Order: sequence, then C-alpha cells, then structure tokens
Amino acid sequence: MSLRVQRRPAGIVDVVVIGAGHSGLAMSRALSQRSIEHVVIERGEVANSWRTERWDSLRLLTPNWMSRLPGFEYRGRDPDGYMTVDEVVDFVAGYAAYVAAPIIAGTAVTRVRPATGGYRVSTTRGDWLCRAVVAATGAFNVPVIPLVADGMPTGVAQFTARDYRNPAQLDDGAVLVVGASATGLQLAQEIQSSGRQVTLAVGEHVRMPRVYRGRDVQWWMLNSGILDQRIEELDDPQRGRRLPSPQLVGTPERATLDLNALQAQGVETVGRLAGIRDGKALFSGSLRNVCSLADLKMNRLLDAFDEWADCNGIAADVEAAERFPATAIGASPRLGCDLGSEIKTIVWATGFRPDYSWLDVPVFDRKGHLRHDRGVVDAPGLYVLGLPFLRRRKSSFIHGAEDDVRELSSDLFDYLDRTCNQGRTSVIACN
Amino acid sequence: MNVQERKAENGVNVEALLGAREALTETPEAAAFKWRATSEWINGTHSRATVDGFFGLGEEQKHRQAFQFDADHPEVFAAEDNGATPVEFILVGLAGCLSAGIASVAQNRNIQLRSVKATLEAGMDLQGILGIDDAVRNGFEGISVHYEIDADATPDEIAALVAQSQKRSAVFDIVTNPTDVNVTTSKA
Repeated sequence: MSLRVQRRPAGIVDVVVIGAGHSGLAMSRALSQRSIEHVVIERGEVANSWRTERWDSLRLLTPNWMSRLPGFEYRGRDPDGYMTVDEVVDFVAGYAAYVAAPIIAGTAVTRVRPATGGYRVSTTRGDWLCRAVVAATGAFNVPVIPLVADGMPTGVAQFTARDYRNPAQLDDGAVLVVGASATGLQLAQEIQSSGRQVTLAVGEHVRMPRVYRGRDVQWWMLNSGILDQRIEELDDPQRGRRLPSPQLVGTPERATLDLNALQAQGVETVGRLAGIRDGKALFSGSLRNVCSLADLKMNRLLDAFDEWADCNGIAADVEAAERFPATAIGASPRLGCDLGSEIKTIVWATGFRPDYSWLDVPVFDRKGHLRHDRGVVDAPGLYVLGLPFLRRRKSSFIHGAEDDVRELSSDLFDYLDRTCNQGRTSVIACN
Repeated sequence: MNVQERKAENGVNVEALLGAREALTETPEAAAFKWRATSEWINGTHSRATVDGFFGLGEEQKHRQAFQFDADHPEVFAAEDNGATPVEFILVGLAGCLSAGIASVAQNRNIQLRSVKATLEAGMDLQGILGIDDAVRNGFEGISVHYEIDADATPDEIAALVAQSQKRSAVFDIVTNPTDVNVTTSKA
C-alpha cells in the first residue's frame, strides 16, 4: 500500500480513450452511442501527430473517396485526389465535431496503472479513474533508427521522418536516405528535386504502381478484398504486421513512385545500410535480390487483381492488363560511400514504433512489444487501436477504423457488462 | 486448384523446420548456435580443416562424422594443388546454402524439384592480394550465381524460390554484409 497521498482524481469515467486521432474518435462515437461515460485525452489537439510530426509535402496514400470514418465520409470535390496533411487535420477535426467527442485537449497521459476495479490514468492535468482504457495513440510515434547509426561520424547531420519538414532544412551537399518504404522514396524524390544528390539505401520493400488498368491501386486492394484480409488468415502474422508501407505517393498526377522513377531523376540506389565503419557507410550486396523479391511480389499482386477482375466480370470495365519493367540495377551498385566528405546529411526513413512508455501495466513481451490479441491487450479492460494489421490489413488506414472499432467496442461493452456484475466496482460506479 | 494435387517430395522435412521455428520463437536461448572449425597447416599453402562439433539447442552437438577439407592453391600459384582454393570454399558454401534454401522453400510451397544446378563465378584481381595496387581489394569484385532449375513451377515461381532462398540464407548474408572478425594468437 502506498503511503503517498493520492491526489483527488480529475474525474471518474467508465472508459478513458487516449489519443484524439481518427481511431480514438471512432471509438468515442461507439461509446457515446451506448451512452458509456468516457473522455478522450489528447496531448495536443485533434490529429496531433498530423499537425506536428509530419513533413510538409506529405499526402495520404489512399484516395479521398476511401477516407471514411463511422458515419462520416469525404464530401469534397476531388474524390480521386489525396489529402494533404492540412486536409487530413481538417477531416479528422471535422469528425471530432461531428461525433461531439468529449476531448480533454492539451493534456498528456504520463502514466496508466492498475487501480481498484480498473485503471488510474495520470495526466499533466490530474488523474482519471476508469474501468477500461483504450490506447489509440498510434503506431508512428517514435522513429526507429538502426543500431548501425552508433558509428556515425560527427559532422553528418541526421534527420528522421518525424523531424524532417522540407529540403530547406538540409545542407546543400549530398544526402543519404535510408529506407525504401513510401517515406524513404518520397523524401528521396523531394530532396533530389531540390538539387541535392541523393543516395537511397534500399532493403526489403513493397513495390506497387499508383494506377493499374486505369484504377487507383488502392481501389484494387479494397475491392478485391485484400485490405479486408484478417490477421488470423496469415501464415505469419508478425511478418504481416512488420511489412513496410508500399512505395506509393499521392500526387495530383497520380504518378507511380518506384526505384526506376527515382533513378531516372538521378537518385543513386544502393543496398541496405549494413554498417558504418571508419567514417564510411557500408551497403549490403543484396540490392538485386530485394528488388527481385519486390518485383516478383508486385507481379503476383497484379496477377491476383487480374484473376479477381476476370472472375467478377470487371475486366471489361477496366483497361487492359499490363506489367511494368523490372527494377533496373546498374552493373555494380556501390558498396560504400564516405560520410562527411561526401554525404553531409542522413535521413532515416527506417520506420516508427509506438510509444507505450506511459503504460505501467505488465503487458509487454521480452522484446518490449505489447501483448495483445487483435487489440485486446493482455490485461483486463485494456485495448489498443490503429496499429498496422491489428485485425485486418486496413487496420491502420483511416477507413480501417470502422470495422476494428465495431469489433473491439463490442468486446469492451461485454467487458464492462461482465465486470459490473462481479462487484469489482468499489471505486467506480457502473452504468 | 487441383484437389488431387500431389505432395511434392524434395527430401526436406518442412514440418520439422516449421516446428523448430515455433519452438525457437519461444526459447530464444536454444536458437543461439556456434559453428566451429579447426584447421592445421600441412605444408606450403596446404592446410586441412576439420568440422566436427558445434553448439546449438542449448548443448554441444556433433556431426554424424567428422568432415575434413583440404585447402591449397593451384599450380599456377606455384603450389601443389592438394585441395580447393580457400576462396572457392566461399563459392561452395554459398551454393550449398542457397540450394538447401531452394529445396526447403520449394517443399514448403509444394513445388516438386527435378534438378537444381548452380554455376558460380567470382571475379578477383590478384593485384589486391599481391599488394600491387592498394585501390584493389583482396576479395571478390563480385559473385555471380546462375541457377538452372527443373521443377513443376512457372519461371516466376522458380525465380521466387531463388529470391526467397537468398533472403533467408546465412552465407548470402555473410558475403553481402560486413562481419566483425576477431583473430587472436597464442604460442603453442
């Protein structure tokens, strides 16, 4: 028993939702519809990561017509376009107003720990007591920087995808972009276009055309059922969840962004950054193979689209099937380059991880990953939302929140009902 | 899909491999292996290496028998050519690793293999090891591997087998990425 005097709680509710992004707001709506007393605690403003942690030119990878949340859809004049960061902020803020979410803004959660009958959620503005917690804090909180970065010589500026905004931040010299997901390719293209020579270190990646047979590739992914694929259908769920974002960019021209396009612009491709030694970056000799893997995988995806179109009588409504040139790799990709004398800046586009440093509940595995079954965390009344492939391939997409929230809120309602009947509510009132 | 599809038989016990993958996910200590070789100089550029024991699954393990490998250099190096050149062992190791991977992946994907032939070639400029030109590295300029595979599969499926094998190959990783090497000495 702690002898420390507990502060008087700021409030007592059934559920605390942490994070007022699209997932948290969709959950808030589901709770409101059941008249479950809750608050949505937000460290900044609605859609905070979009407001404060993304680069200037970023657009959604999905077309506007796909952006929908429970009871709310895109009503703008450009259904085939891709939202800018500001438009995403407006869309999510519009949703917050639409669902009249009980948001406690400007309040950071500092700690969540078990308490009688539920949890104590400590924030920068007081503690909340609740029976259940939904972590809707997102998957892209902390940039992941590979361990090889430890050997970085001084004098090389380093940026992550979280603190990069635009090329004007960078030295005029050559730039090494590490990572070949959507982020790495987009930043490589933007920086190369700014007149700086870019070298792109490429590991395993996912290649896709922006438009296939006249339709957005996401139209194919959605309609052929790939985005609805459930995590339990995968042979290797962990791999599905680790998959990097596909090499896509949302531009008004609907242009395909792949390694061939970048190389045509003058970007030099090299293998995965394998090490830094004596002031030199060392690149893996596996570039050809990772490109070959991605090309073959893209062709299997396009084969699946074609088959789906044939089987569903769509083939006549779309353009003819096509295949794209294999990724071109030069005769001998460089295996190293000098850091400092040649490369002045490194941009790490090596992924993000969620930040659960505030979660003081024993729900982490030996690698520090949250233990959960499709969002139901391994602790009573604790849930997580919005992670890649949480329940379905679309789970981290805006339109993916609807199905996940419906299922997880249903589990949450059952939990609240169940625990209400168990007399575990000495502190917190039941509905 | 053909309901009466035959099960491929490539002599790989995939169930055991998948079982091991699951077991080693739960017990990472058991996944920590140590591979070993000993070597003894014979004469000239000839030495003989032996592999016998290794460590894995938490305990010392032994091959079914000790294997010996003679390494030497060819006569154009003014040597006696009592065995393969050490750099050729690298090619042997790479081929052995990739082919094993191809068979395993094929078995897992139910692809019947009939023949898997690899041809490997590595360019090397002797000006490196002879110290003639500091700009030339000692090792290979590059390695090319060609696989000719006869199997019940499309060319793309065959390419995917070989690509997946590279992705999961230890020797491919060792030759494509830097490895820290620690050589110590003692007086006998």
